Amino acid sequence: MTTLDVDVTTTAGTFTVEARFTAGPGITALFGPSGAGKSVTLATVAGLLRPERGAIAIDGRTVADAAADLHVPTQERGLGMVFQHAALLPHRTPLDNVALAVRDATSRQARRQRSQDLLDQVGAGHLATSPTSALSGGEQQRVALARALAGDPTLLLLDEPFSALDQASRRALRDLVGRLVADRGMTAVLVTHDLADVEALASRTVVYEPGRTT
Amino acid sequence: MGDWFPLWLSLRVALAATAIAGTLGVALAYLLAKARFRGRGVIEAVVTLPIVLPPTVLGFYLLTNLGVGSPIGRAWEDAFGRPLVFTQTAAVIAASVSALPFVVRTVRAAIETVDPRVEAAARVAGLPEWRVAALVTLPMARRGVGAGMALGFARALGDFGATVMVAGNIPGQTQTLPVKVFDAVQAGDLAAARTGSLVLGAIAVVVLLAVTQLSGQRL
Repeated sequence: MTTLDVDVTTTAGTFTVEARFTAGPGITALFGPSGAGKSVTLATVAGLLRPERGAIAIDGRTVADAAADLHVPTQERGLGMVFQHAALLPHRTPLDNVALAVRDATSRQARRQRSQDLLDQVGAGHLATSPTSALSGGEQQRVALARALAGDPTLLLLDEPFSALDQASRRALRDLVGRLVADRGMTAVLVTHDLADVEALASRTVVYEPGRTT
Repeated sequence: MGDWFPLWLSLRVALAATAIAGTLGVALAYLLAKARFRGRGVIEAVVTLPIVLPPTVLGFYLLTNLGVGSPIGRAWEDAFGRPLVFTQTAAVIAASVSALPFVVRTVRAAIETVDPRVEAAARVAGLPEWRVAALVTLPMARRGVGAGMALGFARALGDFGATVMVAGNIPGQTQTLPVKVFDAVQAGDLAAARTGSLVLGAIAVVVLLAVTQLSGQRL
């Protein structure tokens, strides 16, 4: 059961965001209008941005602390992340995209088998060797979700993962995410500006107004 | 043109220079595109210098830094028992230095257009920085890397000023095709000059077509 404690101020360009919340098992939604800084907070949790002030702890382990100049690299935070755009490697197959993120496999065969299992779990098993660039938005997001799960993360960060999808794909992927988080007992943080996502998935909601959380 | 030596030497020198400038150039391009450090502007200026310096001036600097009186020249002579300047190796060095900025600038531009979200996703997926570079950034910039190599090759093949200063104009030893063309004109052998120019021109056109293809642009 992973706990995430966030109390940070992050500046990205001319934009400053304060955020303070705790997330436990289940899905915590960061909800608010576009431009409120939800994604900046998530990128700070991921370690893609450094906070200007404050600290972040995952399961009591401090991974970022501005005062102590502590910054654990993204790669060592043990988290998975799905972005608004799948951000897959276009020159690699879906299977390869997932395999790159599998960390503890003993052999190439084991790595590929595990990647195939993950693709099966997200309903993209049949796409394993298709050209990545030929996949639809929904299919790419499924592969991105499998990649995010490849490191067996206990903390899953979801940055508007459904917002670029059509209605049908959005509903299907939303159901899938809800099921996977519940089955795996993960702690997930979902950034969204869509109230339907919050209603369908969130066990806790942090509301963003431009510049601060409430 | 009965003597094919200058063409073969030019091709060999250009290929070796492309390998050297390509390896060094891709590393420098990556560093300049990604890293923020003191002295970055100085490195950028030094790397770009061969584009703006007159080739003979570049050659002169190389000559003074590689010649028998220089530390590098002396170390080379101690190690190999003969001077570095006025050899084919010197021609390769001159061509590499001339080609380097073309590789660095082209590859750097390509690296900077790689979608940072894909690189971020790879980091979150646990890939260390060197694997992000090897598996994400460079493969996604591969067309630019190819274009940079092609431009570097063309520049190396066509180098005259720097080459003639450090490698000289020794027929059958260090006389590359551009130097041969100059030599032929000096000697009034316009037929040989015409043939050499035609070959170099044709290679340049083929390389530029390849660059255009790799850059995804049309002429």
